[in-house]
Amino acid sequence: MLRFIVRRLLQMVGVVIVLSLLVFIWLRSLPGGTVSAMLGDRATPESTARLTKQLGLDQPLWVQYGRFVKRVLSGDFGLSTGVLPGRDALDLFLSRMPATIELSILALIIAVAAGIPLGYLAARRRASTLDNLSIVGSLVGVAVPVFFLAFVLKYIFAIQLGVLPVSGRQSTGLDATRVTGFFVLDGILTREWDASWDAFKHLILPALALSSIPFAVIFRITRASVLEVMDEDYVRTAESKGLATSTIRSRHILRNALLPVITTIGLQTGGLLVGAVLTERVFSLGGVGDALATAFTLRDYAVLQVLILAAAVTFVLVNLVVDILYAVIDPRVRTR
Amino acid sequence: MKYTRKATPVVLAAAVALTLTACAQSERASGQGGASSGGDTKDTFTFGAAGAPEVFDPFYATDGETFRVTRQIMEGLVGIKAGTAEVEPELAEKWEPSADGKEWTFTLRKGVKFTDGTPFNADAVCYNFERMFDQNEAAAAGPAEYWSTTMGAFKSKAKDSLYQGCEAKDESTVVLKVARATSKFPTMLSLDSFSMQSPKAMKEGDANNVKTQGEGFAYPKYSFNPVATGPYKLEKYDEANKTVTLVRNDDYWGEKAKTKKIVFKIIPDESTRRQELKAGSIDAYDLPNPVDWNGLKSDGNKVMVRPAFNILYMGLNPQKNPKLKDLKVRQALLYALNRDQLVKTQLPDGATVATQFMPETVSGYNKELKAYPYDPEKAKSLLKEAGAEGMSLTFAYPSEVSRPYMPNPQKIHDALRSDLEKVGIKVNVVTKPWNGGYLDGVDNGQFDAWLLGWTGDYDSADNFVGTFFGNYDVNDFHTKATSYGKQLADDLAKADSIVDKGQRDAAYEKLNQQIMEEYLPGLPISHSPPALVVSPKVQGVVPSPLTAEEFSGVTVGK
Repeated sequence: MLRFIVRRLLQMVGVVIVLSLLVFIWLRSLPGGTVSAMLGDRATPESTARLTKQLGLDQPLWVQYGRFVKRVLSGDFGLSTGVLPGRDALDLFLSRMPATIELSILALIIAVAAGIPLGYLAARRRASTLDNLSIVGSLVGVAVPVFFLAFVLKYIFAIQLGVLPVSGRQSTGLDATRVTGFFVLDGILTREWDASWDAFKHLILPALALSSIPFAVIFRITRASVLEVMDEDYVRTAESKGLATSTIRSRHILRNALLPVITTIGLQTGGLLVGAVLTERVFSLGGVGDALATAFTLRDYAVLQVLILAAAVTFVLVNLVVDILYAVIDPRVRTR
Repeated sequence: MKYTRKATPVVLAAAVALTLTACAQSERASGQGGASSGGDTKDTFTFGAAGAPEVFDPFYATDGETFRVTRQIMEGLVGIKAGTAEVEPELAEKWEPSADGKEWTFTLRKGVKFTDGTPFNADAVCYNFERMFDQNEAAAAGPAEYWSTTMGAFKSKAKDSLYQGCEAKDESTVVLKVARATSKFPTMLSLDSFSMQSPKAMKEGDANNVKTQGEGFAYPKYSFNPVATGPYKLEKYDEANKTVTLVRNDDYWGEKAKTKKIVFKIIPDESTRRQELKAGSIDAYDLPNPVDWNGLKSDGNKVMVRPAFNILYMGLNPQKNPKLKDLKVRQALLYALNRDQLVKTQLPDGATVATQFMPETVSGYNKELKAYPYDPEKAKSLLKEAGAEGMSLTFAYPSEVSRPYMPNPQKIHDALRSDLEKVGIKVNVVTKPWNGGYLDGVDNGQFDAWLLGWTGDYDSADNFVGTFFGNYDVNDFHTKATSYGKQLADDLAKADSIVDKGQRDAAYEKLNQQIMEEYLPGLPISHSPPALVVSPKVQGVVPSPLTAEEFSGVTVGK
């Protein structure tokens, strides 16, 4: 097991090195650039040339990449030029991460808490009203764009009913203490319960919007997988042995049916990161996704590099965890 | 056994949580009061901003989002009269030029203090100017942009600088020396970048220490901890929650601000700003989409339309398309455009057709000039005379952008393109993302024709026509390739150096006429007023043509 983990981590290092080169070249080959983002319509050919030279962006690509690698090895990932000018790109990523993690975790909890039981029930009562309704629901979840869903949710809950906030992470004027950057957790740690509750309320709508796709996917995989397992010989054997229905369900059906679901959840993390870009934008939630969108329009190279590499690392790590979980659920994997 | 195993993680988690709780302390001020002030107004004015401030030292900024914040906490020697583009006394009570326009004597307001308690006086003024003048190579290359464009150079090339020195005559008298008489002085001192800041705080925070690091700029501590003389001071910038909070300066020399706090909530998405206003969680926001104006009004909000201080133009490059070298062709293009209809159908209420390269709010605007009328027949006959019938034209517009002078580039382009096609011109449409090849394309002269514009910085004809055609060697209109380019640049420089305002304005009026009738380097299209929207509870916002609103007189009803 340990050897397996070490090997995967080493692979990850290789992936990051190759990816860093690709991202570096790709970003600089895009039309536009840091300099024209900084100067905008005030740019003159003179000021553009002067600034390009000052930032070293007139050098050949390989020279620029060499400098980048050298700086990274000494722990310097570069400074933001657009999202928060002058801020260290890695610091910026770390300070934006809590918002995205809070959002993703809640979205994933909603997706799993709704997707697995519904999937299971839909499979047990195939072709029932519940089954049909859930299938339609999951189709809508996949098909409706996040920003539209966000708009509808905001219109109903924030504007018409006024029970949840429109956007942001916390109400202004709460004067909440910051400890970890996870607003909900900070409120608990400092016993500022109102701050915690307020931050949680801000998360509900974005998390609902973000959960729509993973919910749909998890629901469908669970349903299909449960249907398949129910037909297996060992389930019939267990039934004929006279085991209690609850035991059959939890031990024989669910445990086996969940294996593909777990893999899916791992793969959905990638989708969550993509979804977070849009969701954070429309809910004005200052997380990694929001930073990524801003950094892209402003061609903030340092921030883009850190964010893209960090997303790759996260993706690899989450899938590693999924593989380990897999081994925990399925003992056969462990012995291999 | 089974239960203990299951319970272990829960117990562990609880233990960890308890330990952590022991380390984290609430830092709230005891008895934090929300909106619980007496009376019938709220103690916070919440403004929905479209972007985060770059830095809090306006000297290193060029963007409106930064200036909107620093304008509330800082003041310049020269201010802007609310609701106009005219200058008025601010930290200087009056000023007087010498006969040759090269020495300006400023009499300072007495009894003014920076918010760190140090006095504002003649020495502080000179410290500020010397500080702005003495920039290192990194700051000069980019961040100190407004000084570069207005003063021309820094201490390292002192000879080329418009600024030539500052002398403190006594506690409240300062003389500023400039290299030559110019129409921009002292109006340019009203720019937010040239606000007066505390010498003590700037020394302590190493204010000038901008460095290039990798491919970005590192800013000193001071850039995020500004100290000045304004009606508000910076309380905190909560980056995680995307809010900037200002609190009233209770020692302000003038009338104290009416509302205790201003919160700028950063909401990049325009429709989200609108929803926030509807839900009542913000009190105002900038640049509502013109499409929403009627909806916002019917919800009871006040849509405040600022007088237009910008211009949208169609740039032309005769080097790329030699047909454009002929004045008749350029005139034909302008006769072909139905700008009246464009203004009515594609631009916000209050937009006007441009008769020259500046809006009427600028001194030097020529009232006598009439817009080229829409006359497709005349356009056709001019094209025929020039032998350019059926000419083709590569005409570009930007995507992924909305500017106050150009709320919807694609629709504007569509309308203009179909007008050109009606007179037989073959238009090749090119579109590129604003910062994805468009701005670079304009700078590199890639297109025959393109849409661009300009928002003025202050009331000065030179800030418009001087910016466009004043630099003979390189400018977006490629006037170097024309027979009149040199003459025009020289005439603009001459007009700029006239000390007497009446004579100077007359010179610009004449130049505007020449530009439109004899040269026509590009086609002025329109002026569009940018708006600002406030909820019905808000009183005291005065819309400014320079988008330079000051919020100290604002109150928000409960």
